Amino acid sequence: MTRWARITAFMIVLLIPSLDALGELRFPPPEFESGYQFPQTTSPPALPAIHEYIDAAVLLAALLLATYLILKRRSRRAIFALMLFALLYFGFWRDGCICPIGAIQNVTLTIFDSSYAIPLTAGIFFVLPLVFTLFVGRTFCGAVCPLGAIQDAVLIHPVVVPRWLESGLRLMAYTYLGAAVLFAAIGNAFLICRYDPFVGFFRLSGNWNVLIIGASLLLIGLFIGRPYCRFLCPYGVLLRQMSRLSKWRVTITPNECIKCRLCEGACPFGAIREPTGDWPQGEYKIAKRRLALFLLLLPVLVAAGGWGGYTLKERLARVHPRVRTAERVYLEETGRVEGTTNASDAFRATGRTTEELYQEATAIRDRFAIGGTLLGGFLGLVVAGKLVALSVRRRRSEYEADRASCFACGRCYQYCPKERERWKKNKGVVAGR
Amino acid sequence: MADNSNSLNRRKFLREGLWGACLGGLGTAAGLTAARNNRDNTVWQIDPNICIQCGNCATYCVLELSAVKCVQAYALCGYCDLCTGYLVPEPTALDTSAENALCPTGAIQRTFVEDPYYEYTIDEALCNGCGKCVKGCLAFGNGSLFLQVRHDRCKNCNECAIAAACPSGAFKRVPADQPYLLKGVERKQ
Repeated sequence: MTRWARITAFMIVLLIPSLDALGELRFPPPEFESGYQFPQTTSPPALPAIHEYIDAAVLLAALLLATYLILKRRSRRAIFALMLFALLYFGFWRDGCICPIGAIQNVTLTIFDSSYAIPLTAGIFFVLPLVFTLFVGRTFCGAVCPLGAIQDAVLIHPVVVPRWLESGLRLMAYTYLGAAVLFAAIGNAFLICRYDPFVGFFRLSGNWNVLIIGASLLLIGLFIGRPYCRFLCPYGVLLRQMSRLSKWRVTITPNECIKCRLCEGACPFGAIREPTGDWPQGEYKIAKRRLALFLLLLPVLVAAGGWGGYTLKERLARVHPRVRTAERVYLEETGRVEGTTNASDAFRATGRTTEELYQEATAIRDRFAIGGTLLGGFLGLVVAGKLVALSVRRRRSEYEADRASCFACGRCYQYCPKERERWKKNKGVVAGR
Repeated sequence: MADNSNSLNRRKFLREGLWGACLGGLGTAAGLTAARNNRDNTVWQIDPNICIQCGNCATYCVLELSAVKCVQAYALCGYCDLCTGYLVPEPTALDTSAENALCPTGAIQRTFVEDPYYEYTIDEALCNGCGKCVKGCLAFGNGSLFLQVRHDRCKNCNECAIAAACPSGAFKRVPADQPYLLKGVERKQ
């Protein structure tokens, strides 16, 4: 009986507007007579920053070791071992976060949002592999990147991808880079992290759709070497350009190329280029005219791309949650849809006026108009640049690893008879002969 | 022949120039990072005053069991017998029976303190961060229950998957040395 009386009493209390001494609380905290002590709300601290510095140190050490193994030691087995270590450490142990690919967005956000404090590790992870590539080529891709490692490890039966298809598909990586920068700068979204296909495997949990994309990429990766690296990786785009300029790089032969053609089919990523002669007599003139045409086409393509990007501004802007909320609230206010969503409820709970929201959304859309134009122009430039590059003939006197495309995995070394000679000689030295 | 070596030099000059420009660009990026990093690193946290308890925290976290947990600000709690954060609306009895419990995982523990007061504690190993109790507490109680990212569990992803799905914009990056936005702390001080 007393219990029901108490319930009724509480029900009454619920109905009375709170007039307690504190003013804000409906039920003032009780004055306990039994000597009860208020427990403390616990607040477990975040991981100390030292872990991030350890990550940065491991990255530096791994890059140095990778460079030594790839350029000096020239041992595929040792490179593979380092690659597995990187997969275990940066992938499974550190859960694949932070990685240089994602760090692109942190650096972008730092440039565009002055209130954002970039973690020091993100900066180091972005800069270090690029600096190394500028000196020694893509040793990061070959032995340190966990995303590259997981794909490299599953490659069992490489299939040749035609050169034209490879170049065409690579456009996806440029688009991905452009979009990632655009959305990190003004879209309030980190696309690269959202659609990182392998981080779910590293954590053994994650969004199902992305896990399915990752599994498909790994399945494709059984036959087509490193599909993410070649056709999607936005950081790879930056590394390609840096690698073109590198001071030192992977050479298939340790000393001289005897043009034996044994290495021709060695690269599963299609990065080995055969020696070329001069232009065939008749073709030179046609090629010259083609080059002139493509050079003239360059500004046209850039302008067309820019215009295309501009027309996409409204769709691009919809990625931003503010814009989506504004559109929803507008539809609700004008009575075109029934009911509310969580986002529109949350907006109304803030007590701000709809005009403010609309203005904010318009400002974001304007920014996307500029950003979309730049993105489209960039893609136009990439396509035009590729066309120009295709019509220029490079002279090569020996078999070479393509500067931009070579992942520095070290597979081709053992195909070179000169390399075998060197190994034998080295073994002799070690054995003390 | 002289012309040929000249063009080679030009190409070399261009290459060297580009190389230097790239290195300079990377140096700028490194400098920018160092300059901006005089503040502390950041972690993700929920602003309890903006949160609308939509339930996304329970489902969008990359972890199997969300790193977002309900937190009790004891100093704000009314220690009610009829706790609207603990009991379903119109309970059949004010007790710990499962049929009356609002929490879907049974993560709230109700302990008798003294008549008529009960203490409510969250068992974080069971809590999935759905925020049902928070909604109940805010609706009729003091609002002493609220959601927080627990940093002993949070992976601190570069982009928090819940933040990307948060309809109210309650997720924000906060300094790592003050990683919580607790209710009722300012009241006690």
